[in-house]
This record gives sequence, structure tokens and C-alpha cells, in this order.
Amino acid sequence: MSVPMNYLDGNAAAGELSRIFAMDITSAEGQCANCGAMGRFAEAHLYVQCPGLVARCALCGYVLLRCVNTEQHVFLDLRGMKYLALATTQLQEAGS
Amino acid sequence: MTWRSATVVGLRDETATARTIALAVRDWPSHIAGQHVDVRLTAPDGYSAVRSYSIASAPNSDGRIEITVERLANGEVSPYLTKELLVGDDLELRGPIGGWFVWRRDQTEPIQLVAGGSGIVPLMAMIRSRASVGSTAPFRLLYSVREPGAVLYGDELRALSDQDHSVIVTYAYTRATPKDSSRPPGRIDAMLIATGTWPSNLNPTSYVCGPTSFVEHANDLLIAAGHGRENIRTERFGATGERK
Repeated sequence: MSVPMNYLDGNAAAGELSRIFAMDITSAEGQCANCGAMGRFAEAHLYVQCPGLVARCALCGYVLLRCVNTEQHVFLDLRGMKYLALATTQLQEAGS
Repeated sequence: MTWRSATVVGLRDETATARTIALAVRDWPSHIAGQHVDVRLTAPDGYSAVRSYSIASAPNSDGRIEITVERLANGEVSPYLTKELLVGDDLELRGPIGGWFVWRRDQTEPIQLVAGGSGIVPLMAMIRSRASVGSTAPFRLLYSVREPGAVLYGDELRALSDQDHSVIVTYAYTRATPKDSSRPPGRIDAMLIATGTWPSNLNPTSYVCGPTSFVEHANDLLIAAGHGRENIRTERFGATGERK
């Protein structure tokens, strides 16, 4: 899949995602639901020139995450990630 | 993560277009070198704009951080931060943010930093952090910059590399070089990677930060020089200047 080169890294989404998740998910490792590639969320390609955020797999370009704000809701679409492995040490920090 | 109130406690011009802003942040939990903050400005009519800026200062416990902002000609936020902002003004700030593009003091492996323009900012936090904790991790910096006058933190980098060799610095000028430079202006290439960075057999961890096209190019050169993709961490910012 060919996508234009105007993207940032997944780490640039950390601030926006901190509104939703108690811990920093950008340093967590996840798997692309399309190609099966493993990677840190921080290494995904992040597109911000759109209404919200779109993160794509750095290898195949598949959409991993979409996050769109409206006045009433934040729409979060995580279909492109088979899973995220969150470090338990970080979970404990976030929960304290 | 909530927005915190921060007060401007110092302003310092770094170049003709870049300014360092020192902030005292209420209840600041300290940070890790490489992390960034989001800054929110709100106009009287309620319109607000959020931008991300890397923290330039080393982690500390005194509740103070520094960011360095490059003024962008058509920017919405950076002209205000670099020209209008005064000591004593308040800003809203969210952070510290990001747990991946960071250097932690317990890392002992060789570190290769590669900066494009104001991509130096989070890498400078790593260099300052290394110095402040007395780390002996071998650090090298390849710094691609438009011209000598656009170099950020030049005196401090010179002092650090001259006095205690805590970081070996190689400059790559893209538009205009100093008079004594043997290399014509140009973007970084395989030759500079070969002479100005740690060889891949030392297994360094590399941190590459700059505009998207620069990071892409530097990343490809490092991989071509034998560096493992898993040992390279990148932080890109857009041509629109949404980052830094």
C-alpha cells in the first residue's frame, strides 16, 4: 500500500491518547491485524492532517487506530491491532 | 493526563529564529530525557491550539523545564511563543509525554544521536541528562543543520565535547558551511554515516529526530550501514511544524 510521506511517529499521539488511557500505550508492543507485524505503537506512522488521528502500520500501511473528537464524544477505532502488550510495571505506576 | 499551569521564568534567544523558554510547572513529576510536552494556547474567544514541544533540559527535581521553539514563518503558535511571550506569563501544559523515544540513565550501551535541524532538542536533553547523572555511556551526535548560524546549543556542545569528551559531535551543513569546512554543503550521506557515527558492530542504540523526510533518509542510511532496525528509534515532525 502506498501512502504519502507526511506522517509523524506513533509517539506523537501520546498526549492525545493520555486523555483516554491511564498508561502510555505508545511504548507498548502490538500486532498489526493485517500483516501480523509486531512493533511498538510509537513506531507506527501517525497522520494528523485529518479530523483526528490515524495510526498506520509502518510495514503494510493498514489502519491500526483512529481517534476522532466531536463535541459529544471521542470515537476510538482500534480494529487494526490484534493486541497490545502492556508492561505490568507501567500498569502499576498508572494505577497508583 | 491533565493540563497543568506553567509560568514562564526565563527566555533565551538561541538563534535568530529559535528561543528557549524556561517554565516553572506546578506539581511537575520530573521527566525522562526525550519526552515532550503539549502546550495549549487559548484565545479570548475560546479558540485553542495545541502543539507538541520536546523538553530540552535534563530531568531534575526542581519543577522546571526548558523547551526550545523554532519560529515558523506561517506558524500559528510558534510566532507567539518566540516573540510575544514574556517572563511571568502563564501557559497550559500537559506532560511529560511518551515512553519510547527516551534515554534512561541506566542505559550503558553506545548512543548514536542523529539530529535534523530543531530535531536536536530532545537529543540535547539526552546529552544534558548524561552529563548531569555522570553517565559514562559513549555518546555521539551527527547534527545536520542548514548553516552555522542555525546551530542550537553550539557553545554548550563545544564545551561538552572539548572538556570532557562526553559527546563527540559531527556537523553536516546543508546550505552553507563554516570557512574551514572541507565538506561542501549537502544532506547527510553514507560517507558521513561512516565517519561521523558509531560503527554498527558496537551495537549502538540510535535516536533520530527531525523533519519526516530527514528521518526517513537518515534511517535508511543507518540500516544500509548495518544497524538493526530494532536499535533505531525515531521521532519525526511534519513540514507544517506541528512538532517542536
